[in-house]
Amino acid sequence: MSGFAKPLKIAFGLIIIAALIVVPMNFNRYGLFILSQWAVMAIAAMGLNLTLGYAGQVSLAQGAFVGIGAYAAAIMTTHGWPLPAAIVVAIGLSFAVGWVLGYPALRVQHHYLAFVTLAFSTLAFLVFRNESWLTGGIYGISNIPRPHIFGIATSKPLPFYYVCLGSLAIVSLAVWWLIRSPWGRAFMALRENPLRAQSLGVDTRRYTLMAFAIGSALGGVAGALYAPLTQYIDPVPFNLSLSLDLLMMVIVGGAGFFLGPFLGAMIAVLLPEWLRFTEGYYLMLYAIAVMGLLIWSPTGILGILDRYLAERRTKAASALRAVAKSRLEPVQ
Amino acid sequence: MSAVLEVTNIKKNFGGISAVGGVSFDVREGEILGLIGPNGCGKSTLFNCILGQLTPSGGEVRLDGKVVTGLRPAELNKLGVSRTFQLLQVFPKLSVRENLILAGQEHQGSMASRLVGRSDAGLTDAANQMIGFFKLDHLADEPAGGLSYGQQKLLDAAMAFMGGPRLVLLDEPAGGVNPSMLADLKDRLVAINREKNATFVVIEHNMEFVMSLCSRVMVMAEGKVLAMGRPDEVRKDPAVIEAYLGH
Repeated sequence: MSGFAKPLKIAFGLIIIAALIVVPMNFNRYGLFILSQWAVMAIAAMGLNLTLGYAGQVSLAQGAFVGIGAYAAAIMTTHGWPLPAAIVVAIGLSFAVGWVLGYPALRVQHHYLAFVTLAFSTLAFLVFRNESWLTGGIYGISNIPRPHIFGIATSKPLPFYYVCLGSLAIVSLAVWWLIRSPWGRAFMALRENPLRAQSLGVDTRRYTLMAFAIGSALGGVAGALYAPLTQYIDPVPFNLSLSLDLLMMVIVGGAGFFLGPFLGAMIAVLLPEWLRFTEGYYLMLYAIAVMGLLIWSPTGILGILDRYLAERRTKAASALRAVAKSRLEPVQ
Repeated sequence: MSAVLEVTNIKKNFGGISAVGGVSFDVREGEILGLIGPNGCGKSTLFNCILGQLTPSGGEVRLDGKVVTGLRPAELNKLGVSRTFQLLQVFPKLSVRENLILAGQEHQGSMASRLVGRSDAGLTDAANQMIGFFKLDHLADEPAGGLSYGQQKLLDAAMAFMGGPRLVLLDEPAGGVNPSMLADLKDRLVAINREKNATFVVIEHNMEFVMSLCSRVMVMAEGKVLAMGRPDEVRKDPAVIEAYLGH
């Protein structure tokens, strides 16, 4: 996205942030729920974007990590622990499990890795459903409390939306820092050319495990917010289709672009709602829209913008070259 | 002059086929050793065994007298051993400058310091210098995948030098590079060899390039060392003429 002037980008970003803070003040309960869900899913998709988009490691297990985070938060907060403590535990737990899930990636890649992570996703679902002493089984866990932040109750939809939005902001800053650090460059090296990366001293094993662990930890954060958002969880929302949804968000938004997950989550969470006026057809239209987009631009929404900017840059560069050439022409 | 690299009786079998059948040689500090031989004679396999990309079936590799056989490529690189590849191996979507920063960053600080420290790991100046040194200035911000074949070869070589290596193994650096760019490349290699006292092993089919660049040349055929000596000696060796150079 280097084609736009910096002040323009900053101004644009500030307007979006201000809108996200101000506009929802008039939203009803349902609108705020959907928007909170967008923020939560954007966090989970950002994690997957790190693992898949930047480090190039396919994962069909991000939904399972949202589940792990959600159950950790639900169990802890219903036993009287504060949500921030539950978030820390959710991060630790999903980081550790994600690290372990990274080991297969050291041996298998692409479709094979997708299958390994898919199996893990199913395993996690079975644990959520069958270990009812811990998770409440198919009955789930209800009456999950919403936290007090700095002494302010967030049980109403609007304050809790701000909790989700604030968390999204913190996660975004952290991810932005990570991808522009040498770690981000090493992740991209894993994606682009692991063989070359190794020969340049990049510890591909450790970075691969880190990519999985950090990406999964963000799934855990999203889960820890999802539980108090819905205030009731059961195993169903965390089955394989959530992992596939999150994968779609990353691909549709633009894998490997920082802003991809925000757009992808918007498409996945908000577009079906906007299409509701078509009543029975809304899911069909949604599916067709996604298919059409991916046929038109396999690199997602931001891929379109990126191509446009690259073209413009090439044109500008060749124009400059043409000018430079004409200056070099001998004077007659 | 002491030996930087000592290779003793390295063997590599793939199934029942012996690709490298017991190769021994050493490389002295500051020298440029050429490695030539017909296609499929085991040159690249030998490189991959030395560099930890393949595990040798037998034999030993020593770096400064210490056994390094079986170390992973990244570990060897941290010890100052770098390489270039026969086929293009750059990071196509990263810019030329980012490619070079990446090539050096793992040699700066610790993993933790690279997370919290500067985004360029303090390497922008070094990368720009390397870009200037290899005459890639006008391409610094272009994605590496958009460069011509020869330019990517130059970038690949430049990347091998970012970590300040003591020993560099170059696998056909001249392949597909046009004559004027090749003269530049040779020039750069000689300069780095002299100024930084870096030691090179160069696999190459371009005889003129090898003979003018290298102080010694090793000839391989069918997984074994056929001859080793000064370029002019090797060129006259009847066995070498028979196996590789032709009459």
